[in-house]
Amino acid sequence: MELLIAAAVGGLTAAGVYLMLRQRAFPVILGLSLLSYAVNLFIFASGRVALALPPILDKTQAGYTDPLPQALVLTAIVISFGMTGVIVMMALGSWLHAGDDRIDMTDDDRAAEGQPPRDRTATGDRA
Amino acid sequence: MTLPLIVALPFLGALLPGLMIRAGRTPCALTTAAFTALALLGLILHAPAVIAGQVITARIEWLPQLGLAASFRLDGLGLLFAGLILGIGLLIILYARFYLSSRDPMGVFYSYLMLFQGAMVGIVLSDNILLLLVFWELTSLSSFLLIGYWKHLPEGRQGARMALAITGGGGLAMIAGMLMLGQIAGSYELSVILEHRVEIQSSPLYAPALVLMLLGCFTKSAQFPFHFWLPHAMAAPTPVSAYLHSATMVKAGIFLMARLWPVLSGTAEWFWIVTSAGLITMLVGAAVALFKDDLKAILAYSTVSHLGLVTMLLGMGTNDAAVTAVFHIINHATFKAALFMAAGIVDHEVGTRDIRRLGGLARLMPVTFGLTTVAGLSMAGIPPLNGFISKEMMLEAAVHTHWLGGPWTLAALATLGALLSVAYSFRLVGRTFLGAERHDYPHHPHDPPEGMWAAPALLVGLVVAIGLAPMAMTGWIVTAAADAVTGQSLHPHLKLWHGLKPALVLSILAVAGGALLFAAHGGAARAWAALPRLEGKAIFDRTTAALAAAARRLAEGSHDGALTRYMAIATVAMVAAGVWAFATGDHAAGTRAGTPIQPVALAGWTLLMVCTAATVVAHRLRILAVLLVGVVGLMVSVAFAYLAAPDLALTQISVEVVTVVLMLLALNFLPRTTPRESSVPRRLRDGGVAVAAGLAVGALTLAMLMRDFALPSVADYYLANSKTEGGGTNVVNVILVDFRGYDTFGEITVLGIGGLLIYALTETILRGGPANDRLLSWPRDRERAGDRHPMMLVVATRLILPIALMVGVFIFLRGHNLPGGGFIAGLIVSIALVMQYAASGFGWTQARQRIDYHAMIGVGVLVAAGTGVGAWFNGLPFLTSAYGYVDPPVVEEFELATAALFDLGVFLTVTGAVMLTLSSLSRVAVRAGETVATRPYDTDPRATQTGGH
Repeated sequence: MELLIAAAVGGLTAAGVYLMLRQRAFPVILGLSLLSYAVNLFIFASGRVALALPPILDKTQAGYTDPLPQALVLTAIVISFGMTGVIVMMALGSWLHAGDDRIDMTDDDRAAEGQPPRDRTATGDRA
Repeated sequence: MTLPLIVALPFLGALLPGLMIRAGRTPCALTTAAFTALALLGLILHAPAVIAGQVITARIEWLPQLGLAASFRLDGLGLLFAGLILGIGLLIILYARFYLSSRDPMGVFYSYLMLFQGAMVGIVLSDNILLLLVFWELTSLSSFLLIGYWKHLPEGRQGARMALAITGGGGLAMIAGMLMLGQIAGSYELSVILEHRVEIQSSPLYAPALVLMLLGCFTKSAQFPFHFWLPHAMAAPTPVSAYLHSATMVKAGIFLMARLWPVLSGTAEWFWIVTSAGLITMLVGAAVALFKDDLKAILAYSTVSHLGLVTMLLGMGTNDAAVTAVFHIINHATFKAALFMAAGIVDHEVGTRDIRRLGGLARLMPVTFGLTTVAGLSMAGIPPLNGFISKEMMLEAAVHTHWLGGPWTLAALATLGALLSVAYSFRLVGRTFLGAERHDYPHHPHDPPEGMWAAPALLVGLVVAIGLAPMAMTGWIVTAAADAVTGQSLHPHLKLWHGLKPALVLSILAVAGGALLFAAHGGAARAWAALPRLEGKAIFDRTTAALAAAARRLAEGSHDGALTRYMAIATVAMVAAGVWAFATGDHAAGTRAGTPIQPVALAGWTLLMVCTAATVVAHRLRILAVLLVGVVGLMVSVAFAYLAAPDLALTQISVEVVTVVLMLLALNFLPRTTPRESSVPRRLRDGGVAVAAGLAVGALTLAMLMRDFALPSVADYYLANSKTEGGGTNVVNVILVDFRGYDTFGEITVLGIGGLLIYALTETILRGGPANDRLLSWPRDRERAGDRHPMMLVVATRLILPIALMVGVFIFLRGHNLPGGGFIAGLIVSIALVMQYAASGFGWTQARQRIDYHAMIGVGVLVAAGTGVGAWFNGLPFLTSAYGYVDPPVVEEFELATAALFDLGVFLTVTGAVMLTLSSLSRVAVRAGETVATRPYDTDPRATQTGGH
């Protein structure tokens, strides 16, 4: 079971990071959601694996799993919704405002801030 | 009056001028003066005890863990300096009332001045050196505001920046020095440090601590080679110059050297660094002063020179020199403040302070002439004025000091300094007031109103009185201050006539030589102009320009606006740090027995992994990707349920629903697909980074799961006390609303702010501008469902609504004992409401429910806070919960806890935030011309029926 959880956390992290490295806002939002799952699962797993031992007090139950990570993760899930909402709104605003949902600054943006064009060969970006 | 109150009074006074200026300039000045006068009165009330040798202390604990306490002490030295700061401060307030023109914002000026005054009083009365540092930095900041008061003048801004950079930089060095000193002495209290002379001087940290401390003192007191900021600070209004550069700011470094004199002085390092720096500063300052043409520049460099003199005396390390230093601090403050104010009067009344355009003012401005002459002669060291006495004592001390190659080197150089001082003083008075009257003054010169010359006149009176009766006038304070500096009981004897001593001969030489030099000034000036020299300002400008350019290169190189690049760098750095920690640390294999894998778990896991991978592959098709992420989220909630976390499963599944709705609403406007635009190497690079991160996190998770807790878990405490202390059997909920209620309170506040932020972002989109224009001309070419509000859905959701709300109430009520609670109930109710929006349309629903989601968020946070505050009335800490059981008829017994009220706050905030988020997106859609259905459904069933017949 432990192996499955670890693999799930790792897989969600890898997928989340890959999507967050994309250049448009929407994949980044998706990536952030996946990364949130990974982080929540990780924190939850810090209570270690216990099946069928929910932290609901019951005299007939043999023991309980650790309730503290659950309390932490519960609020984290709700907060991550709020965070997703803010980012979605920002992405929407920038798309409506500029007609573009790129997340990297373009050379035009940089020129507007008085910065020299980015050295394309150094990063290999094809903006 | 307690010491903290004396320190606080100027700060309190800083709050009022901005308001009082509405009542007029004089009431504003009077109010400001009242606070300073009150503080001065408090100080005077303590004076008899301090002069009798007591040390008055007051202490308020602040951060005892850091050794930081708001502790104050008042001894002779503190009394002297605080008296100067408040006394001259009072005169400056009076002078500034008449000096500032009606165009200058006077309230702001007085606020800055009082802020500065409070910081200075804080420095001289602090007993804790960390507290002293806080005030020290405050003087740097407030003097920045004062020097740059005339914001429209570029010199003012440059001067203020330079002063801040130099004194602030020195202050940073001093922080390190202070910390070292505190480490050696084992305390940050001055009273303790002052008793550890032997330990401090024998410590290996003594030399670095000394150098760092002196860096702070020298930059503040404008000692060579940091002296150049002071003349540039002269761009400030003259009251500021008179205050900062006669009595206060530049004396802060001197004060600190005197304060720490008992523990730092007496060593070879101290003697060589401090005496040499002081001597060089004295000579350089005096020489430059002689060749300046601006009255304030002459005074600025002469200040540098006199500060050097005091520093040199402190460096000598003998008791006599310390007494002389203390005495000269008083004398310099009196004559220099008077001279600055007189220079300001000349500037104010004549319209220039360039002595090449002045001369012959003696008849036109007789009062100013008289005041300047007396103060100037005191600066030159002419008897019977106070400057003469301290100069005599200085020369006497120099005669007895061996420095570089013999007993007479220092005396000769000190005499040279005195000679230059005589020359520039004569020049200052002579070239301004004597000679023939001119006809080309910018204004018509005349003496100012009494209010303007009253303050310098008072100071000049002191100059004469101290000169004639030094012992009667200042003996008490000099003795008290010198005792505090040296830590011994001295009996200094100040007198005008010292007898025929070598010092008198040197003094006569200096006056004669100075007069000659003044007479031969023209030739000397030509020689000086031909001399090559280093300009401090040019070096400073070059250094700051080079640093700024380097910073810009670094920032632009690393922050080039490519967010994906930052993300990649951060990820790689974190993975590398983890690998490095793993490779260098000790670790043993995990000992925890694994849990067997059941087929059902494997099936769920497979679904989760497949959908995760599919999301990555199909992320360009955005709607599909949202659905796939939704499936992943559902599988995560199933995993929570399987792994004994029913509360998490309920939360996750309901959050999942609203998240998918949110993303679909956003996709209404965002492009439906993501273009393929990254190159193959780029995708390979990103894939590599992602796989590395995934492997690292996966390995970390496995390593954690296979090991037992490193420390005993706090879970047992919660499990044992959940029922007895919190009155609930659902431990997770009890933790949320009771044990860790304070955290939850913070989190719902954040969630509420998030909701409001989304609303604010929506407002900016809809307020007008390109985004709004784009929405108004939104194309309507997308295919739409023929019936946007299908009747079956409408009917079903309306039937379900009361049931869904009931489920929400049920989940809320049972939350304390069984899975549920405010968070989950809030999400369920939100979903019930969102279903109405989805089925019947935004406009229809909005018209039928009048819930203000902003208010809901606010009420939620307030209810939670109010529950917490309620505990105070029972004498308990914030958020302590109470509970009891009620047994009403019909329904079974249930318990009533204040925690349930807190949970109600959570419920309201969550519902409000979620609904505000979703309805904000809907408002965007309405702006884009989404028609509002006036009827519950688009297709009228009756019309269809009649059509069928």
